[in-house]
Amino acid sequence: MPDLHEISLIVNGVVREVTVPARRLLSDCLRHDLGLTGTHVGCEHGVCGACTILLDGEPARSCLTLAVTAAGHEITTVEGLAGDDGPSAVQRAFRECHGLQCGFCTPGFLCTATALLRENPAPTDEEVVEGLSGNLCRCTGYQNIVKSVHRAAELLAEES
Amino acid sequence: MTTKLFGEPIPRREDERLVLGQGRYLDDLGRQAVAAAFVRSPHAHARIRDIDVSRALDVEGLIAIYTWEDLPGLVAEPLPLLIPHPALTHGRTAYPLAKEIVRHVGEPIVMVVATDRYVAEDVCGLIDVDYEFLKPVVGLEEAAQGVHLVHEDVPGNLGAHLVQEVPARDGRSVAEALESAPHVLEFRLDIERSASMPLEGRGVYARWDADDRSLRVYSSTQTSTSVRMALAAKLGLPLPQVEVIAPDVGGGFGVKIVHPWPEEILVPWAAITLGREVKWAEDRREHFISSAHERGQVQHIKVGFDEQGRVLALDVDILHDHGAYTPYGIIVPIITATQLLGPYKIGAYRVVFSSIYTNTVQVTPYRGAGRPQGVFAMERTMDRIAAHLGLDRTDVRAANFIGPDEFPYDQGLIFQDGRPLIYDSGDYPESLRMLKELIGWDDFPAMKQAAAEEGRRIGIGVGCYVEGTGVGPYEGGHVQITSDGRVHVSTGLTSQGQGHETVFAQIAATELGVPFEKVSVVTGDTRRFGYAVGTFASRAAVMSGNAIALACRRVREKALKIAADALEADPRDLEITDGVVHVVGAPAAGIPLATVAVLSNPLRYAFDEEAQRATQFAGTADPDKAPLEDEPGLEGKDYYSPIRSTFASGMHAAIVETDPDTAEIRILRYAVVHDCGRLINPMIVEGQIHGGVAQGVGGALYEKMAYDEHGQLLNASFMDFLMPYVTEVPHIETAHLETPSPLNPLGIKGAGEAGVIPVSSVIAGAIEDAEGIPIMRMPISPSDLYDLRRATD
Repeated sequence: MPDLHEISLIVNGVVREVTVPARRLLSDCLRHDLGLTGTHVGCEHGVCGACTILLDGEPARSCLTLAVTAAGHEITTVEGLAGDDGPSAVQRAFRECHGLQCGFCTPGFLCTATALLRENPAPTDEEVVEGLSGNLCRCTGYQNIVKSVHRAAELLAEES
Repeated sequence: MTTKLFGEPIPRREDERLVLGQGRYLDDLGRQAVAAAFVRSPHAHARIRDIDVSRALDVEGLIAIYTWEDLPGLVAEPLPLLIPHPALTHGRTAYPLAKEIVRHVGEPIVMVVATDRYVAEDVCGLIDVDYEFLKPVVGLEEAAQGVHLVHEDVPGNLGAHLVQEVPARDGRSVAEALESAPHVLEFRLDIERSASMPLEGRGVYARWDADDRSLRVYSSTQTSTSVRMALAAKLGLPLPQVEVIAPDVGGGFGVKIVHPWPEEILVPWAAITLGREVKWAEDRREHFISSAHERGQVQHIKVGFDEQGRVLALDVDILHDHGAYTPYGIIVPIITATQLLGPYKIGAYRVVFSSIYTNTVQVTPYRGAGRPQGVFAMERTMDRIAAHLGLDRTDVRAANFIGPDEFPYDQGLIFQDGRPLIYDSGDYPESLRMLKELIGWDDFPAMKQAAAEEGRRIGIGVGCYVEGTGVGPYEGGHVQITSDGRVHVSTGLTSQGQGHETVFAQIAATELGVPFEKVSVVTGDTRRFGYAVGTFASRAAVMSGNAIALACRRVREKALKIAADALEADPRDLEITDGVVHVVGAPAAGIPLATVAVLSNPLRYAFDEEAQRATQFAGTADPDKAPLEDEPGLEGKDYYSPIRSTFASGMHAAIVETDPDTAEIRILRYAVVHDCGRLINPMIVEGQIHGGVAQGVGGALYEKMAYDEHGQLLNASFMDFLMPYVTEVPHIETAHLETPSPLNPLGIKGAGEAGVIPVSSVIAGAIEDAEGIPIMRMPISPSDLYDLRRATD
């Protein structure tokens, strides 16, 4: 049995203690050790972006990150995007604009778009496309995902 | 009916949980289950001499290792051949674990069960398989020569050979009609493999209850009912003791209609054998090499036509690559052969296909299912005719269209459902008119000229298709209104992102006159509905949509009858508004469906205050009648079983730009006119079109399965198999035409596959128009185009 490591992660604002082997992927740790199955794994080689989470606020591939290297860091998963008053603007916009079909890639898009809009609250079309260009979706053809991000920007502007 | 929800673009019910990360996909379940992993063949064709597990036995966490020799009874038998056909004279299916021979890279040989997936994969790495190499058969035309064989007992690697011929209206054969045609062209077309490639792979999770002797299986499948039947048969379990549930499924696109997969039998069998919950979730490499691909064909075409471009004779010879096994029969080439005809009435038609074994992953339907190849053949033919005669490409198509007044139109062939290929409705000239307007077809020559003056190359392409949707045999729906006023709808077919929870609720709310919020929908759960076929062939809305509508009508009738007794009214004078049954025009004096539900079930024992109304001393029942006239409960079930498929249609056009130096290909505009009959939810239909076109763009410009001569798949990862990102998919402009289907009560046709079907033919036509070079092979990359330019110069 490989050596185990006791680590502490700050996940969605809560300190979580977990014991993992060094090789445990962050995606597997979140999903199977912490039960946060909203983060999905589509390729396990960092190309599809379904596993995207926010690591200290920045989008990161949790399937290419070892859980031990995230020790002490702040992680936001899709489960942490909603506020006390319900789904976030990005989450609401995806629903309103039909920005998802099977929903498997969606958590990665939601995390990516959340970070994108934090950096750039009023992105142009090109900036949205550029911002989403590391995430694969096999269902939607992306058109409504782009629309969702623009709509989320509007909702965020109305809220602020 | 006052609650009009049918036809409205209302947001999806399922998104409420999916955007919060609260979906339940296969690998989200069974946290306590042990994990399965597989040793898969690294060779395309080999005999297994020995399997040595000795190095693996000491790994901590190992639970079990199974090879074919460990499998009992029917579990050890070959997987079922799902769709037999008389022309499939040499159908072959795989064993769940390889027995003696492996026939493609990725074929499972050993199953390992361990405490977690990491350990299971460690064990797989320590199992040594000794192989005797056999000659791999790779490449469709090489395989067809039959020098080396995939299966020793299949001469020529020929699985199936089918000839279909429809003589011209005057009785002449294809040969005769070709002989006398004023013009004849002959050419070859090639189309390569791609794959469904859902973002979630396959997966199975099984729980055996030893006390209850019952099995529950969750599978990421497009057909839970059929998996259940297969499991009960294979494992020798009584059918009522087996339940199969398709949870949230992360895309299917065809690959998950195949069943039972080896893992779908082995994981439940291991769960029973070990008395433990077992789970397997496919990883991406496994999906590339162990599931299914589609599309690969070589087509030889001979066409005879007149001065107007009217096709007088069409002779098509298709080589179809079905890979190493044929679990799904020859559905794909049958669809190619029949749907090739599109919206056209042509003269004599003869189509021959040979379905060939190769040492590659098996071929089963992927969204479009043989139609993209058929449409590629026909639409490239239309373009060749136009080029030969110097006519506008849309004029040649229009000259061949079936007229709007010619329906039902019998193409004289047998379709994939074993029924005559008879188109039910459509309006192809109107569709083309709308498309030309949408893309600006008539203005394009000026646009092209202007671009040329700037040194830019642009081209326009067009493609038409007809799609048989809603194939039988049937689907069912069950609707129950409970005493809290809630409406519970279930249907047996599954969902992979199509929004069934929403559209079926729209149908039920409209039919019953209840608020949308009161309706909940369950799909793909055999505990709720045991009889179904599955979700494929753009059939869910047509089949289950109509079945649910019919079930609702039964429930409505029953509700009106019970309410009429209570209200002392004639049922014909009653209607339902917002969940209240009342006399037409008098909504105040009504009775809520919740109360009707209570009255529908005569009670001896009251379980709450509302239920007291249905007890024996409540005075609500007529003492001179038996308490129960009908079945108890406000519920109903019905089935929809169509006489044959309903035929959706559409037309696409694209404008592309090719870079004169780099040969880069960019889609500037993409337009779609789509006719799927009456729309239940236009937002969802548009989403289906967008997604289909995106997959079509992938198939036209980026995706192929790069096998080398050894049968190794060189691009078995998302790093190397290029699926379109947001940066590759153009904005898609859509317009809808609605010619209702006369075949079903709701007048709907399927929409799921439509978007993908004509894309390769449209893009090929547009590149050809930009470059002036015939494009006869798809997909086409910038290097392919560059090579074509050099060959032409």
